Amino acid sequence: MLVSARPLRGPLLVITTACVIGIAGCAGGDPSPAAAPSAAAPSAAAASPAVSAPAVTVADPWVKTAESGMTAAFGTFSTTGSTPVTVLSAQTSASSRTELHEVVVGDDGAMTMRPKGDGFVIEPGAPHVLAPGGDHIMIMDLASPIRPGDQIDVTLSLSDGSTTRFSALAKETSGGEENYDDGAGSMHMSGGQGG
Amino acid sequence: MSALGPSLRRRALLLGGAAAVVGGGTAAALAVRDGDPEVRPVAVAPVGAETVPFHGVHQPGIDTLPAQAHAVFLGLDLNPGSGPAEVGRLMRLLSDDAARLMSGRAPLAAEDQELAVLPSRLTVTFGFGAGLFDAIGRAGDCPAVVRELPAFPADRLDPRWSGGDLLLQVCSDDPVPLAYAVRRLVRDARSMTSVRWVQRGFNPARGPEPAAVTPRNLFGQRDGTANPASGSPELAESVWVRDGPSWFVGGSVLVLRRIRMDLDTWDDFGRVGKEMALARRLDTGAPVTGGGEFDEVDPRVVDERGMPMVAASAHVVRAKARTPAERMLRRGYSYDDGPTPDGAPDAGQLFAAYQADAATAFVPVQGRLAESDVMNLWVTHVGSAAFVIPPGCADGEFVGRALLGT
Repeated sequence: MLVSARPLRGPLLVITTACVIGIAGCAGGDPSPAAAPSAAAPSAAAASPAVSAPAVTVADPWVKTAESGMTAAFGTFSTTGSTPVTVLSAQTSASSRTELHEVVVGDDGAMTMRPKGDGFVIEPGAPHVLAPGGDHIMIMDLASPIRPGDQIDVTLSLSDGSTTRFSALAKETSGGEENYDDGAGSMHMSGGQGG
Repeated sequence: MSALGPSLRRRALLLGGAAAVVGGGTAAALAVRDGDPEVRPVAVAPVGAETVPFHGVHQPGIDTLPAQAHAVFLGLDLNPGSGPAEVGRLMRLLSDDAARLMSGRAPLAAEDQELAVLPSRLTVTFGFGAGLFDAIGRAGDCPAVVRELPAFPADRLDPRWSGGDLLLQVCSDDPVPLAYAVRRLVRDARSMTSVRWVQRGFNPARGPEPAAVTPRNLFGQRDGTANPASGSPELAESVWVRDGPSWFVGGSVLVLRRIRMDLDTWDDFGRVGKEMALARRLDTGAPVTGGGEFDEVDPRVVDERGMPMVAASAHVVRAKARTPAERMLRRGYSYDDGPTPDGAPDAGQLFAAYQADAATAFVPVQGRLAESDVMNLWVTHVGSAAFVIPPGCADGEFVGRALLGT
């Protein structure tokens, strides 16, 4: 089965009352090792480290429940700045192995997930939607089951050297019919109701 | 005279009026049909986009008045073996769903924006039954009256409509977003719970009468005349828990009774008798002893023969709060699950009463009614459940978190 290729509807879901989770402390009062070697925005960080807003905010974050193996986290990323920011990598409290993935249409028409090594570029004014059937944060080698209502902490490392942390709520869904754990690592998608 | 026909002209008035009050939400446009002296003003308001905040000191769906037109009450049972961790996950999920749905958004992981975008004052209210307290190891914290209401002489309770570990009261002025909300909430709850019962109720639609008018029940009575006003000190004192453990302050207690009405015999009883049974007029809700709807029945009034006009067993005489502690907020809904195959009605009221302490409010009042109330000729209590209503929660929190201690 193929996932029908169509534009993501996700951006339409982002409405003004959406709960935006941005942990200011991550970019300010909670200096992380990732922030130290940054050369991208040294002056701003040095001038007011305690009050600088996170470069990326995350709305509506959630993670798909899973008993073991792999799963994925989703949400809508926006940048509050005036220049693009790239999400370089993610870490989660659910496992020690996380990758940024995209979904692409192969030569055979099948949609395939693959790591996106250069990260997700977040353009100002253009929220970047991670959703089943599209870009997502792949969580591998789960340390323990992710059950409905669990919260998974996710930390994004950004191209400006800062980090953004958020909590993703675990929800059961068959949305997208992706099988994030086919055991062989080839990660082909199946089903046709992807979002 | 307009060139448009009467119906078109009316529609133009309605649409124009609705457009004019978008954002206000409380104003009403008046439409009068040409040449129809019987038609009363029709109130029209853009109710679809109205929202009630989920987060706050108190849970929504209680002092959300007038009560929405439609309600679904769900009694869920926790899966065997559930503990504080499971209940915490459940309430975190359901609180997140409720906050989103009430603000007009689909739940996380759902895309049905068009079903969610017009919530029409959707509210989701959670209640904890004794079984939930037991499951989380806090059996001693469940008020005795919630654990077990006294048995009343006239009760004919069916387990099918009774009990439950977790209550979901979901209300909206529109049954479509209501159905969607119930479905998504249950979908998220069902891996941890089973559905014990579901009871659907309704009140008069919004629009036919002004919002402030007391709704009618299926007997035709104005029902709720004695209720405290929204936001009033009387409501606060009657409904919200003020003294108690911190996890309970700001909460309430819900008693939900399924009350079957024998509408066939009521139909045939005669109008004078019906009004004497309640001691209030059917048309206006005013006391049979005179005055307006919000005047009290005066049991001392006698007729020209010197006979009391109000029977000592008239419903409002028996039901009236005799002390401040007996006051409660009645937020009931009619139900109609009939007719049965032989054509009999299967209808009545989902009596939902909120109070700070059911032991001092519902129990003594219902004790009086069960002992003597003319209306007992036509009403039978067939279902019963009581729940602790935890206080509301702040953004980022979930209902019941303080009790769970997580």
